[in-house]
Amino acid sequence: MEIFLQQLINGITLGSIYGLIAIGYTMVFGIIGMVNFAHGDVFMVSAFIALIFFLVLTTWLGIASVALALFLVLIIAMVLTGLLSWSIERIAYRPLRGSFRLAPLISAIGMSIVLSNFIQVAQGPRNKPTPPMVRDVIVLTDSNGYAVTLSYKQIIIMVTTAVLLAAFWYVVQKTPLGRAQRACEQDRKMAALLGVNVDRTISLTFVMGAALAAVAGTMYLMYYGVVNFSDGFVPGVKAFTAAVLGGIGSLPGAVLGGLLIGLIETFWSGYFSIDYKDVAAFSILAIVLIFMPQGILGRPEVEKV
Amino acid sequence: MTDTAHATSRPGPDYAKAAKDALLAGIIALGIFGPLVGLKTEQNMSNELIVRNDMASALIIVAIVMAGRFLLSAFVFPRMGARGKKPTVANAIDEGVKPDRTKLYARLGLLLLFLYPIIVVSLLGFQGSLKWVDNFGIQILIYVMLGWGLNIVVGLAGLLDLGYVAFYAVGAYSYALLAINFDLSFWVLLPVAGILAAMWGVILGFPVLRLRGDYLAIVTLAFGEIIRLVLINFRELTNGSAGISSIPKVTLFGIPFDASPDGFAKMFDLPLSSAYYKIFLYYLILLLALLTAYVTIRLRRMPIGRAWEALREDEVACRSLGINTTNTKLTAFAIGAMFAGFAGSFFAARQGFVSPESFVFMESAVIVAIVVLGGMGSMIGVAVAAAAMIGGTELLRELTFLKAVFGPEFNPDQYRMLLFGLAMVGIMIWRPRGFVSARQPTAFLFERKAVSGSLVKEGHG
Amino acid sequence: MTTERWDNDPVLTVEHVTMRFGGLVAVNDLTFKAGRGDITALIGPNGAGKTTVFNCITGFYKPTMGRLDLAHRDGTRYMLERMPDFKISGKAKVARTFQNIRLFSGMTLLENLLVAQHNALMVASGMTVGGILGIGGYRAKEKEAMERAKYWLDKIRLTARADDPAGDLPYGAQRRLEIARAMCTGPELLCLDEPAAGLNPRESAELNELLLGIRDTERTSLLLIEHDMSVVMEISDHVVVLEYGTKISDGTPAFVQNDPRVIAAYLGVDDEEVEKVEKQLDVLTGEAG
Ligand SMILES: Nc1ncnc2c1ncn2[C@@H]1O[C@H](COP(=O)(O)OP(=O)(O)OP(=O)(O)O)[C@@H](O)[C@H]1O
Ligand SMILES: [Mg+2]
Repeated sequence: MEIFLQQLINGITLGSIYGLIAIGYTMVFGIIGMVNFAHGDVFMVSAFIALIFFLVLTTWLGIASVALALFLVLIIAMVLTGLLSWSIERIAYRPLRGSFRLAPLISAIGMSIVLSNFIQVAQGPRNKPTPPMVRDVIVLTDSNGYAVTLSYKQIIIMVTTAVLLAAFWYVVQKTPLGRAQRACEQDRKMAALLGVNVDRTISLTFVMGAALAAVAGTMYLMYYGVVNFSDGFVPGVKAFTAAVLGGIGSLPGAVLGGLLIGLIETFWSGYFSIDYKDVAAFSILAIVLIFMPQGILGRPEVEKV
Repeated sequence: MTDTAHATSRPGPDYAKAAKDALLAGIIALGIFGPLVGLKTEQNMSNELIVRNDMASALIIVAIVMAGRFLLSAFVFPRMGARGKKPTVANAIDEGVKPDRTKLYARLGLLLLFLYPIIVVSLLGFQGSLKWVDNFGIQILIYVMLGWGLNIVVGLAGLLDLGYVAFYAVGAYSYALLAINFDLSFWVLLPVAGILAAMWGVILGFPVLRLRGDYLAIVTLAFGEIIRLVLINFRELTNGSAGISSIPKVTLFGIPFDASPDGFAKMFDLPLSSAYYKIFLYYLILLLALLTAYVTIRLRRMPIGRAWEALREDEVACRSLGINTTNTKLTAFAIGAMFAGFAGSFFAARQGFVSPESFVFMESAVIVAIVVLGGMGSMIGVAVAAAAMIGGTELLRELTFLKAVFGPEFNPDQYRMLLFGLAMVGIMIWRPRGFVSARQPTAFLFERKAVSGSLVKEGHG
Repeated sequence: MTTERWDNDPVLTVEHVTMRFGGLVAVNDLTFKAGRGDITALIGPNGAGKTTVFNCITGFYKPTMGRLDLAHRDGTRYMLERMPDFKISGKAKVARTFQNIRLFSGMTLLENLLVAQHNALMVASGMTVGGILGIGGYRAKEKEAMERAKYWLDKIRLTARADDPAGDLPYGAQRRLEIARAMCTGPELLCLDEPAAGLNPRESAELNELLLGIRDTERTSLLLIEHDMSVVMEISDHVVVLEYGTKISDGTPAFVQNDPRVIAAYLGVDDEEVEKVEKQLDVLTGEAG
């Protein structure tokens, strides 16, 4: 029971991070039907941005309050990662819109290689351990030596995720931008004819996805306290799995999928073997795609002949 | 101020606009490169992470970006605009070389490939040739073979397989394990490895082949990763991440390449040198690659090959013509996998060592990139892409003179994959359909005319 | 209820076929027979469910309910509702074309017609193995297939363009090529989904000739969806009318044309369609008078 509770807490934390990344995949796929392969690496870069600014703020500028530092880092990471993603879309994807279908995918894979190797060159190949940012934990129960704990880090992650998702939901549902996005999703040509600025809408979609990935990146850095240039790939694929599991194109689906993948991963590690936890995640991806490609909340895709 | 009026009245570049664009690009570049390049995270003596200021490097990059953007805005884009739409550069070469020319090029290329070791040896001697035959020749040919193998799946059948390296791994591990445990020779195990890989192709292919579009790509990626993770974790069989070493070498029909009395050098009374083995391996992989090419060319003219291409063009129409699309896809998958299996067992024999490290997703991505960059379905395009991408990045290792420019700790090797990625993006933007996009028809009544790439579909998977 | 010609030797018997998409009933309890050697036309307003009927016949959709029975000349019968799409074409010999043309646009005309003969060639090539090794009679068989392709290219008058990509053809020629491709499978029943759509009057007249030729010289039965009434009235032997998925009339062209329910259905649709029907009536009464 204790193990169960602990894994539940860990799983929700991890799942929040996956969910935040998954939204970027789902939104881009929804609007231009493309798997943005570089998104996992954008997430990794955002963790580096967070790391750099956390160090700058605390050591150079001497900000003592961790809460303030984290808050500033979060904002900066969101802005700069959004900028990065905007540039990537502009340079590597937009010229290929409407061309040969594989071209953007290959371009995205190329971008993913560029990002991870750029960070390797610019910031070095070694792991970057940060000093623990938030240490406190709450002990929930403590029976026969096994303590179930909920750390402040985990609370921060869950609360930040929830708040940002609510804000994000509001943007997508209630603002003109959200309406433009949904219009582009339905029919890009028609939307353009009706005066929606399609290019801008797509750019903003990339920016929003990247900003949420930056939240995930900051949280990831705070949670694990270490980041490496190669850390984009596996969380990226898992977040994509989450997006597919929840039903690609569906925003609540992405969050739900993220939570499920997080839970499955932690429970698998807790009860079975850590060695095969990634095998489990990839197997779920394969099984879901094969048996229910529309995911949990997605609409089935029908092919009219 | 409209563009057209502008272009006709005053053809001179619009420097003000270019400067504005450059400034904007500079600000964005500063936002991105400022922190990521200008603020380096490093560990100090006491293992604490600190930030070192390196704004100078960042500013150099920003300056380059600004200059590049200025040149593009002022000179390159207007010129492209004047010639019509952007892709015109590519269109000019798009119609491709005439078929008779292609044949000539292919023959010349082939001749060059056969003479390559001889040329290198005569120029640099046996010892000096090692690197060029091994690191360049063999390395490139492995990727040519993998590219041609995957070309069957991606280029002809239009099924995007992002887990191709899994079959390469199956081939490599099959050879390694069977050779070590059962003491079988390379020549026996080569077909076995191919068949095992093909079998895995069918096993993995069967459930996934009804998926469409990017989903197929992602599931194949997942399978590729699963196989790699199993290789890492199934330590009893595969020795985990440590890999398997001392894998037997290939023999020339029983003649080993070693110092033993019945070894190759002694037998022909030659001085001992590892170069013979490398040259032998070079010809071996060349023949294997040519086998792949030959079979592909023959298959394209068979009903099965035409069905693959038809499948890429329109699956629904295929089914309406009575083609069993599942079987057709499976054969493409299996045959592609088989060639990866051959290449894998060659790889294991050449390295003498295999570990899961060699079969990461990046390898699959590189092979897919080679196929798409080459031009889907084009054998010559794929070969050229493999030579350019693999040879080009290998060549970077050689640029040691750059140390003189950038200082002694500059390591050109680091930039290999970075440039590889940039090249992938750049080539896609330049030629979204790859180097050779024209398609050669498989049959003709009167004359063979290449089909323009813009009509050829890319498949949906 | 009189028995009509098509009741005696039907090539296709559709019985109580219903197709639902969620709450939408696209085809509702449809029953009709298509006679052997006939050109049977399936008409109806937009969205009546005609293409859906085709998709059920050719196996692209599995009907929610009902039976589809195909009888070959030699008496072999096939239960189409139980067969996968490629077998319906390969074994039961039902070929089709598509409302929005589906050619292999990056392949040449000749290649398009060779792909259509895939199954026969596959056997001839010894499932590829013999073909690769050059044993078995693959060469001869391939020659034969080329001859057949040439025969059909001649018929659709596109021989000169045999080596051009299909995607380069003008629209009307693409429609004809799609028909030729379907015919290369050697079908017992050929289903054409709006073959005259987008054709000019001259092309339309040529098409009529081609279809009559297919019926008379190839002795293939045809099932035809068509909006162009002049085509329907001119060449069909039997007309089935659908509205909102339900059959509202079934009989000879003359019978259907004067069926008040059909007129009402078309009048109830839109002006363009009404005009068409009215013109047809004028033509017919003019001819009669
Ligand atoms: N795969 C599908 N999923 C859901 N609804 C479908 C599907 N295919 C067809 N429909 C619906 O079934 C109805 C009949 O469509 P169908 O295409 O058969 O009409 P049609 O008679 O061929 O019309 P048209 O003359 O415009 O070609 C339409 O309302 C259509 O939207
Ligand atoms: Mg229709």
